[in-house]
Amino acid sequence: MSTDDLANELTRRTENAPQELLTRAFFFFCAVLSIVTTVAIIVLLTTEAAKFFSLTASLLGVEGQTVSLVDFFTGTTWQTSTGEYGVLPLVAGTLMVVIGSAIIALPLGVGTAIYLSEYASPRLRSKLKPALEILAGIPTVVYGFFALIYITPALGTVLPDIAFFNMASAAIVVGIMIIPMVASISEDAMSAVPDELREAGYGLGATKFDVSAGVVVPAAASGIFSSFILALSRAIGETMAVTIAAGSQARFLNPIDPTAYLEGAMPMTAAMIQLLTGDITGGGLAYRSLFAIGLTLFAITLLMNVISDLVAARYREEYE
Amino acid sequence: MSNEEPTTEARTSAPDRSSATTSVDAGEETSDRAAEPDRTIVEARNIDVWYDEDQALRDVSMEVPEKKVTAMIGPSGCGKSTFLRCINRMNDLVDAARVEGELLLGSKNVYDADVDPIALRRRVGIVFQKPNPFPKSIYDNVAYGLEIQDVEGGHDAIVERSLERAALWEEVEDRLEESGLELSGGQQQRLCIARAIATDPEVLLMDEPASALDPIATNQIEDLIEDLAEEYTVIIVTHNMQQAARISDKTAVFLTGGELVEFDDTRQVFESPQSQRVEDYITGKFG
Repeated sequence: MSTDDLANELTRRTENAPQELLTRAFFFFCAVLSIVTTVAIIVLLTTEAAKFFSLTASLLGVEGQTVSLVDFFTGTTWQTSTGEYGVLPLVAGTLMVVIGSAIIALPLGVGTAIYLSEYASPRLRSKLKPALEILAGIPTVVYGFFALIYITPALGTVLPDIAFFNMASAAIVVGIMIIPMVASISEDAMSAVPDELREAGYGLGATKFDVSAGVVVPAAASGIFSSFILALSRAIGETMAVTIAAGSQARFLNPIDPTAYLEGAMPMTAAMIQLLTGDITGGGLAYRSLFAIGLTLFAITLLMNVISDLVAARYREEYE
Repeated sequence: MSNEEPTTEARTSAPDRSSATTSVDAGEETSDRAAEPDRTIVEARNIDVWYDEDQALRDVSMEVPEKKVTAMIGPSGCGKSTFLRCINRMNDLVDAARVEGELLLGSKNVYDADVDPIALRRRVGIVFQKPNPFPKSIYDNVAYGLEIQDVEGGHDAIVERSLERAALWEEVEDRLEESGLELSGGQQQRLCIARAIATDPEVLLMDEPASALDPIATNQIEDLIEDLAEEYTVIIVTHNMQQAARISDKTAVFLTGGELVEFDDTRQVFESPQSQRVEDYITGKFG
């Protein structure tokens, strides 16, 4: 090749050729689309919610009925027909679903993960893990139905005082629903723990339990914690199952009182469904309260994700 | 080559030991230890190991003397690590592995049905190729063996003594609560040695303990191994022949196919090997 040919070849513009620029533009569009959609939802949620609260509505110069921030966040009655918009009963309902489902899903999920990662033979694991993921694929409406038809009557044989719509069955069914999520993500974290650490444990005469509980679980702690946060975020956002199982009466129950779980209440998501399926008029106070709840829910899950990221970054063990 | 030859050599080496050691020059650094009478602590009798259908070790017999450094050398895939992992039954963790023959620790065959591999591993420590401290504090790393064995009382004194014996104490005494992962590679490996000796095992197995380390750290580990042999029986796998020659009292040469071809005093093996194959391997003609 002559030096001129070489010079020509070296100065060819492959990097910024038209088709390169075009594909780059296409992928940029894909990436931006989801971000734009998310931002649009947040903007909409925020502006509509702003019209609901007295303080922000007056700043925006929006006419109409409003609710004060204090009444919304400290009010203990949610009754749209009488104009009482206290969000606490709904938050309490959501909290009960989170607490109840956590009691079910965290130990069972981690236990499942430990079994799959440390005890099951590779053959058994290759069958169990897909089975677990099928469980995660069951439509949530089926779970709700299952709670109402099977879990509540089963609980009723032990606890005769239980209401037809009750928090216990809602929390249990959401717990079952999120077990695969906890198990799957925790199992991934445990499988990522290098075998060298297991060998170190076994080499010192550790039992399987010593290695699982004392070496693998601590080494995978940040991943396990992430699975908790993601699963509980899912529990917070879960709608269909709790709407069916927990009922639609916005009672203000005490989430740390076990007997409260025998009664029905209305988590935040269920309240939004009720608002949407009732006759709310566009622009009315009830309509705008939908956005206020939505924004509150969003803030809670966002906060949990931020905590999860911080914890993961702080406690992640780096292995070569 | 038949399977008979290597084992015959390995067996005959034991009675020959006294004559072999007297032939060692007086100035040889191993001579002070070699003067004591040897007691056998680990004895392999006709060990065969298979991984599924592949035979990894063929009819290996050898007697490992107590409180000496015994090196096992050989090319990759010759079965030397497999043999090491037979001694503390780490091979049990590999589903495909099958071991036949007898392996005596003291007078007990560790493959007897009534032997608990967990109890065995508490008496036979192991240090691996890659330093593998737990993601725990330096202190907790060393105390781990004591914790799982429910050793009574405070562990402070044992932790300190183990770190001292592993020549790491002075470097870490002010930061015992820091993570073991904060240490350099060589320090991590010495931490792993401290962890392995904290429970005072009968035998310390080392699977290429310096192969992931730089030359300075390798030197430190080699010095340490020679010191440890005053109190422990050390069995070390290495692919580094110079290392075996430097630190070991006895050397076992495994060659491809899982045969133990020669086992004798280190000096004997390196200066006048009995087998042509071993000589070829040591002089670099093959392997």
